[in-house]
Amino acid sequence: MSERTDLLLSIADDELFLGWRNSEWTGIAPFLEEDVAFSSIAQNEIGHARALYELAAEELGTTADELAFDRKPEEYRCAPLVQLRRLEWARTIARHWLYETADKIRLAALMASPDPAIAGVAAKMDREEAYHRMHAEMWIDRLLSSEEGRTRLHEAIDELWPYALGVLDDELRPELRSRAESRLGRELPDVEPVARGVHEAELAELWGEMTMVRRSAPAGTQW
Amino acid sequence: MIFEVFRQERKGQPFQHAGTVSAPDERFAEIYAREQYGRRQESVALWLVPRDAVRQISEFPDEFEMKYRRVDGYSIKARLREARERAGTLETAPGGALVSDETAQWGARER
Repeated sequence: MSERTDLLLSIADDELFLGWRNSEWTGIAPFLEEDVAFSSIAQNEIGHARALYELAAEELGTTADELAFDRKPEEYRCAPLVQLRRLEWARTIARHWLYETADKIRLAALMASPDPAIAGVAAKMDREEAYHRMHAEMWIDRLLSSEEGRTRLHEAIDELWPYALGVLDDELRPELRSRAESRLGRELPDVEPVARGVHEAELAELWGEMTMVRRSAPAGTQW
Repeated sequence: MIFEVFRQERKGQPFQHAGTVSAPDERFAEIYAREQYGRRQESVALWLVPRDAVRQISEFPDEFEMKYRRVDGYSIKARLREARERAGTLETAPGGALVSDETAQWGARER
């Protein structure tokens, strides 16, 4: 597998798993408007995953669906950050914001790629991610504006920080640290990143759920 | 805060009331309205209006039942016919019925 496909699959897997995880809030988000908005953001992420899988599929001679659902759990390349099940709102928001902040750095690098297909899809994604970032930033301001919110956000960030570093390659991590520290107004711990390649137990569990329907019917079934 | 949301379906069309969003402030309202009323490309523009900014008028007294201000039940046809009769400008249609040119045209349009 080429380095290009490896890169495409890493990002596609991130978007697919995060979209899936965020959609776990559908129907139970803190209030109706947030429920609709967060679910819509989750759908966008899955749309991004599809676009990236399609690019990878061209090269591998397969389809986006096969890449998304027919691999074994250990073959996925998503960062451990998006594998975690987080049924608590402050942690969900912390993950959302950490991911979007890291993703912005990654997208900026991809938009400068000499590969026009990659640069193009990155630019399209970035135009939608801008609204995801708006949503995340707004929540960060909201949480930082009260004592309770601040405490809960900082706890969540501390817990997720090693995972957030793991979304990016080595050379982009200092940028993430400096952006996150300046936004939060504090230093973040010097920790070992939980990097790509690590498979949390929650990944296999989610994979089972995500591929259940597809595995129950033979490939090529028309719905 | 409650915001009333108006959406425009295509450029040049009037904005129509779409519904409401409940949000803690204008920034949240913008995101929520965008996701609720714009994510399927169903709008080209949205207006967000804090409900407090809406002045509602809902009392329209009509103590003297001034029906003459309303057009319902006011038959132009019958009155025109009466007026033509008085003026002697009514024509006789084939078949013997009395019709004026104009009423005949209106009849055709109605059909």
